[in-house]
Amino acid sequence: MTSDALKKTPLNDAHRALGGRMVDFGGWDMPVQYTAGVIEEHMATRTRSGLFDVSHMGEIWVEGPDAISFVNRLTTNDVLKLVDGQAHYSAMTNENGGVVDDLLVYRFGQEKLLLVVNAGTTDKDWAWITSHKTDERVELQNASSDYCQIAVQGPDATAIVQNLTETDLSAIKYYHFTTGRVDGVDAIISRTGYTGEDGFEVYAAPEAAEQLWNKILETGNYGEECGILPCGLAARNTLRLEAAMSLYGHELGDDISPLEAGLGWITKFQKGPFTGSEIIAKQKEDGLTRKIAGFEMTEPGIARDGCDVYVDGEKVGVVTSGSPAPFLKKNIGLAFLPPQFAIDGQEIKIDVRGRQIAAKVVPTPFYKRSK
Amino acid sequence: MSNIPENLRYSKDHEYVSVNGDVATIGITDYAQHSLGDVVYVDMPRVGDKFGTHESFGSVESVKAVSEIFTPVAGEVVEVNEGLNDAPEAVNNDPYNAGWMVKVKMDNPGEADAMLNAAEYEEYLEASS
Repeated sequence: MTSDALKKTPLNDAHRALGGRMVDFGGWDMPVQYTAGVIEEHMATRTRSGLFDVSHMGEIWVEGPDAISFVNRLTTNDVLKLVDGQAHYSAMTNENGGVVDDLLVYRFGQEKLLLVVNAGTTDKDWAWITSHKTDERVELQNASSDYCQIAVQGPDATAIVQNLTETDLSAIKYYHFTTGRVDGVDAIISRTGYTGEDGFEVYAAPEAAEQLWNKILETGNYGEECGILPCGLAARNTLRLEAAMSLYGHELGDDISPLEAGLGWITKFQKGPFTGSEIIAKQKEDGLTRKIAGFEMTEPGIARDGCDVYVDGEKVGVVTSGSPAPFLKKNIGLAFLPPQFAIDGQEIKIDVRGRQIAAKVVPTPFYKRSK
Repeated sequence: MSNIPENLRYSKDHEYVSVNGDVATIGITDYAQHSLGDVVYVDMPRVGDKFGTHESFGSVESVKAVSEIFTPVAGEVVEVNEGLNDAPEAVNNDPYNAGWMVKVKMDNPGEADAMLNAAEYEEYLEASS
């Protein structure tokens, strides 16, 4: 596929101007890193702040009297628990108990929800949601091209965004949001993120993307080699991995149940049936055959996605995400393991290009910010 | 623009060789380190290991990717750069000096002469970009 055929976010020119190294990410022309490099970008987000273009994510409006019951039927978390101005993480499941996508559900009102879904699965999700609507009184709108989305993450994120808005950000709790203005631009200001840090995700009209992006970079810069750095997909991945957050296509997929992925905490059986809930409940009753566990390498070597995992010479699992962890300065990863081996301290071996390298199961998240 | 020192020889896999008598010092080029991004681990052979021409003798890993490194010349490893265990970033910062990887006693000291010179490597980079 040539770059002409790739989809572009409204910040494509801005990425190129900043020296972004552009790659094909699920059909999108996105920066994998900028000139500072993935380690600097990662560290900036942990210690100061990082700026991410996540405009490729999909936005779907669900509006109408049955909005809540409709989304409750399609997803695992309990939408009835949300209040106006609150969001939650959830999973959309299929009839086999697998995950169509993981998503955020924002409650704007009793009859108005916003679903924010992964970029690479937006078309699939849209087809899934529209084809699973029955006689429910809801209107669906794929508004993905109506929004840019810019994430400001890290210890300095709140101060930076606060400089640009009259909205009192201290009043927005984690996983809450409000509408307001950022640098004079109408926006949804959401205290959410995918890095393990505090921070905000700002949704606005695509025409305002460059203005917001440049203004945030300007505001976040102080001193030389200090302040905010634009961060590419590589840093986004290492940051989410240190925080042990799932990535669709790795820890999550059409044939992976939310329980296997470690998402039991957002799987609410007591709310009533949702797609695949019987199968998932039975899985819970019968016991899982595999589940996601965190590991760190105890010998030199880096496990990568797809590496086989061994215990006592027998293949027992597979690495779903593996990488150096720039902040922790360890080589870490997530893997599917049988539950009897998914225990802290369990010694495992990981086949890294034909060599068995020692690792051990450790608790997740690998990184937790101090509050 | 990549740094391509005049006095070195180059492979199409982006290794360089610095020849001193029958010993070749091998590393990866400035172009290669830039393409890889931040190097976090270099997996190297042991002293005494013998390699033929264009055999994989180790790998260099960045945060995102792993790339095999090949011997551009046949011979026996006489020294490895242990400094890279603690400071793999030297491959990025100083690929032609502190970032060298192995020294090989060449079976055929003439072999390096057949590799690309600086001008040829520069042309090769331009043609493949």
